[in-house]
Amino acid sequence: MSTAMPETIPYDEALNLFEPVFGLEVHVEMGTNSKMFCSCPTAFGGEPNTQVCPVCLGLPGSMPVVNRTAVESTIRIGLALNCTIAEWCRFARKNYFYPDMPKDYQISQYDEPLCSNGYLDVTVATVEGPKVVRVEIERVHMEEDTGKLTHAGGATGRIHGADYSLVDYNRAGIPLIEIVTKPVAGAGHLVADVAKAYVAELRDLMRALGVSDVRMEEGSLRCDVNLSLNKPGSPMGTRSETKNVNSLRSVERAVRSEVERQSALLTAGGRVVQETRHFHEDIGRSTSGRSKEQAEDYRYFPEPDLVPIAPSPAWIDELRSTLPELPSAKRSRLEAEWGITPFELATVVNAGALDLVEETIEAGVESAAARKWWTGELLRTANDQGIELADLPVTPAHIARVEALVADGSLNDKLARQVFEGVIAGEGDVDEVITSRGLAVVSDDAALLAAIDEALVAQPDVAEKIRSGKVQAAGAIVGAVMKSTRGQADAAKVRALLLDRLGVTEA
Amino acid sequence: MTAITRAEVAHLATLARLDLTETELDHYAQQLDVILQSVARVSEIASADIPATSHPLPLENVFRDDIARPCLDRAEVLAAAPAHEDDRFRVPRILDEELS
Repeated sequence: MSTAMPETIPYDEALNLFEPVFGLEVHVEMGTNSKMFCSCPTAFGGEPNTQVCPVCLGLPGSMPVVNRTAVESTIRIGLALNCTIAEWCRFARKNYFYPDMPKDYQISQYDEPLCSNGYLDVTVATVEGPKVVRVEIERVHMEEDTGKLTHAGGATGRIHGADYSLVDYNRAGIPLIEIVTKPVAGAGHLVADVAKAYVAELRDLMRALGVSDVRMEEGSLRCDVNLSLNKPGSPMGTRSETKNVNSLRSVERAVRSEVERQSALLTAGGRVVQETRHFHEDIGRSTSGRSKEQAEDYRYFPEPDLVPIAPSPAWIDELRSTLPELPSAKRSRLEAEWGITPFELATVVNAGALDLVEETIEAGVESAAARKWWTGELLRTANDQGIELADLPVTPAHIARVEALVADGSLNDKLARQVFEGVIAGEGDVDEVITSRGLAVVSDDAALLAAIDEALVAQPDVAEKIRSGKVQAAGAIVGAVMKSTRGQADAAKVRALLLDRLGVTEA
Repeated sequence: MTAITRAEVAHLATLARLDLTETELDHYAQQLDVILQSVARVSEIASADIPATSHPLPLENVFRDDIARPCLDRAEVLAAAPAHEDDRFRVPRILDEELS
């Protein structure tokens, strides 16, 4: 490689020169109780090699049996992705020599995927407003996850330079769904956003279907990003495949960094090598892995230990009837029902607050108030504690109760926050916290008037201004009263009493 | 016409991590050729209306319920491995194993 050529060309500049084509392979670990072909549990984080049996260890004589729920989940995903469900299909052995599978093959599907030819519409934000892009789905198939390797020895902990590796087979055999897109062309400068939006939409879809909890940080959704560039009007370029892209942010960064790298190579008269690249979350870039110049030879053949799957139309219809409202439809409905913009809804979705806000509104709270609590105060608290909103002790019913008390003047905003503090600290429900902390708006007029008089004496110049008709100066006195009552007053009421006291009326 | 070439046998040997000598390659290429040609005679009998099968029994949709059951004892499992460390199977370095 010449050292004279620039290593990268900035993203937008690169996309003025080249048209990008991307494709994504997304692997989703199913949230089944047991593995794909055996009854070992699938829980994450178990002690190494405690969730293994003769089948997933590939011991001689063991026989796989297909998990019905995994097949049903795959069909439901296929239906949600507008796919054709195969009338008849088989599993295949993918043979390879690598210790992450003790059998020396992985049971997968090859030329007979369970679902094929679908699509998923995703929405990306552009300067002209939201734009819907259709991502076509090539196939959805079932396979089994592999074991987890730890590379020992060497300096980096990476496979390069390792002296040997250690294997935990707990993950080997967990049901894995692979969702493969067709090449997506024409995204232009939006290519990184479309790729990210597609993965985000898939994640939401998996959650809505209840087939996976999709915790990307635990590796239950993993992406391989294929990307190529070509000059406008030219055929598709040579692609690279970036593996190990395991967060939404990384999907975007992997696409961006490949656009920047490949464009520099091509501009300098070089060529893109068809290769596997490895993405490193820490540096946000990929490095070259294995060259794919020699096609991999997996010697796929139909799995002789398993019989074909032939879903009947009745079974497929039954599964279709279990499909929930899909995320895109739900978002459109909620935007209309709550009277909010897609951007405002995105804030709720990104906070993981969609269901909570929905339940809070169902409990009788105004949409604005429901969103304010969940995406404001409560989200900050959850983030501070490093937990999900749904794991806070606050419930939609708590918010409904607090909002009712705010509406009838028993609480104000500041006291409401203290109530939630108490609920989060485990001091009981809303009414218990109010009682134990003595939180109530001071509604005793005499007490409020005394506080007002005190504030007027303390700030005679302000008092004079108000008397002379400068009503906007009242804020200083109201503020002082709120302070002296430790926030336990209704500010509007204090203001009214104050003006009445001074004999002035609102301008 | 042979059913499998010597080069194909050499490729398979590499994939299977078998280190064959030139003499062994000749030997196995010949043997495999005989085996493949014998098996191929089945297709002389099978007419076009007989589809290829991958399983001896005409079964479909054999499933199990999604219920987790107890696993093997780890100590017992690891005891059967050639080497283990930190409750994991220990395997030789991987990258040198990559095909070049």
